[in-house]
Amino acid sequence: MNLDLILGILQIVLIATTPLVFAGIGELVTEKSGVLNLGVEGMMLVGAVSAFIILVITGSYFLAFFVSILSGIIMSGLFAFLVLFLMSNQIATGLALTIFGIGLSSMLGKQYIGTPIDGLSPWFFVIFSFLIVFLVSYFFYKTKAGLILRAVGESHNSAHALGYSVIKIRFLSILFGGSMCALAGSYISICYAPMWQEGMTAGRGWIALALVVFATWKPERVLIGAYIFGGVTILQMNLQALGLRFPGQFFSMAPYVATIIVLVLISSNKLRIKLSAPASLTIPFYKGR
Amino acid sequence: MNSLFPSIVSRSQSSGLMNFFVPIISIVLTLITGSIIFVLLGFDPVYALYTFFISPISSTYGISELFVKATPLALIAIGLSYCFKNNIYNIGAEGQLTMGAIFGGGIGILFHDTNAFWLLPLMIFAGAIGGASWGLIPAILKTKFNTNEILTSLMLVYVALFILDYLVVGPWKDPFGYSFPKSRPFSESGRMPLLFDGLRMHFGLIITLFLIFVSWFIFSKTIFGFQLKVSGYSPKAARYAGFNQTTLVFFAFAICGAFAGIAGLAEVSGPIGLLYRDISPNYGFTAIIVAFLGRLHPIGIIFASLVIALTYLGAEDAQLFLQIPSAVGFIFQGLVLFYLLGAELLINYKLTYKKLL
Repeated sequence: MNLDLILGILQIVLIATTPLVFAGIGELVTEKSGVLNLGVEGMMLVGAVSAFIILVITGSYFLAFFVSILSGIIMSGLFAFLVLFLMSNQIATGLALTIFGIGLSSMLGKQYIGTPIDGLSPWFFVIFSFLIVFLVSYFFYKTKAGLILRAVGESHNSAHALGYSVIKIRFLSILFGGSMCALAGSYISICYAPMWQEGMTAGRGWIALALVVFATWKPERVLIGAYIFGGVTILQMNLQALGLRFPGQFFSMAPYVATIIVLVLISSNKLRIKLSAPASLTIPFYKGR
Repeated sequence: MNSLFPSIVSRSQSSGLMNFFVPIISIVLTLITGSIIFVLLGFDPVYALYTFFISPISSTYGISELFVKATPLALIAIGLSYCFKNNIYNIGAEGQLTMGAIFGGGIGILFHDTNAFWLLPLMIFAGAIGGASWGLIPAILKTKFNTNEILTSLMLVYVALFILDYLVVGPWKDPFGYSFPKSRPFSESGRMPLLFDGLRMHFGLIITLFLIFVSWFIFSKTIFGFQLKVSGYSPKAARYAGFNQTTLVFFAFAICGAFAGIAGLAEVSGPIGLLYRDISPNYGFTAIIVAFLGRLHPIGIIFASLVIALTYLGAEDAQLFLQIPSAVGFIFQGLVLFYLLGAELLINYKLTYKKLL
């Protein structure tokens, strides 16, 4: 094994893992505020297709990413309206968002399947993904606003009693999550692939959800978890290429099995209070009178 | 003078009237939104809606296809209502369906050259066991380790799909299948009997109707059904009454898993006839919509399964005649669930206009 090969593999791992980091960190912020959004996959797909369409029409990378993030804000805004103002069930609403997003992206993107584009170099986004994780971490643990956001996720009634607007903080957290998911999607369709294909995010949204749990709701661990998952995926492809006879499906299911194991560990462990999920996760906030 | 925007006030008792009307309201709103989408796409909305919702069921064959699609949806949805009634969020029915298909289908592959009356019942039984055991994993983790069932049941879907994928490209691959990723076909007696000649409606429909009837009986006439309902409404009251929550969780997951497993087996031994990768067009996830739309009530679920089955058929026709990708069906399914969840507010809350002066 020479140095070039190792560097080559490292490059591929960095490029392949970046969308997981974006989607994972977005969902983490949403969940920290006490809202579980299962619509990650749907928002990623709509983000991917809208970036692609805008790039084909205008040729502007800036506009493509701008509109994609806007689409993430609209999709997550729809979710936020339902769960925050109409107090709908978060789990079912998130699933609806994913189902809707799969349908919408396929319909919008139908005539763009196979359209060639000039892919954008991924390196800016790879660096940005590291930066955003540290920014989120700094925000959570070094700023007052971050502390308030975490408080809303732990106990919305206490936060409300202290005079903070639970709805407003959750709304903004959901929108941040949506824009990050859309960014992850547009990265896939413009930098990683670069092309549009129905359902091209290929379950990465669900892995991002798993990552947040795997990371026990800590930003830096999202990065670590994403690189473990991304690394295993690339390793599997390379081992297959080298002709190893071990069935790849068992590698592919590893992230999901690992998530279940981590879930069991954190929920049964003595350190539960230190590690566990935001206490108000999935509980709707009703300002009674 | 009244304020411009209504304010939301909690009802002291949930509204039974709204419980009935909310699904209808959401279907109507979905149709209105759907026609707006068709207009935006440049179609005549009347023609498009006709293509989507009327033409697929304007023949005997079409109606039979509607029942073929509605059968797994209704069966999984009634199983899910055991969980949802008790506020257990099992969203992994797709995985339980897949495991049922693997267990039952495995029996079918093992006895691929046997023709005997006991084969199909054995396959159905194995399917139920497969689905139930897959459903019991999140149940055990929830009761033993206090692990949240939403994510575990969801993750297990993907594990099950990869196991199926491994089996049909690996050990169970058809030796005469030109290396396509599919298994041997089941023998004739391993197939669901057809109900009518020339139509694809199969015996799975009868099983589904029977299990829906049994579930109606359990929900409304037995102590177990009462316990499920009480612990859903008020876990504290259930604990005070001495209901064993662990047992309830186990039963709910096992029953739901078994129903989903039978649905999966009915698919592979009914219309498909062998095992391959894509045995289910997301029936396990779509059934969640059916369960919500049917308000977890057996009769409601029957109607809801027909409505959602129609979105599958309509999407196929729309692809054929309007050149719209069949994924448009997902848009309708997503919309109907959005409207339903939004309108659910009306069941437990009421809108009032506050007096400003």
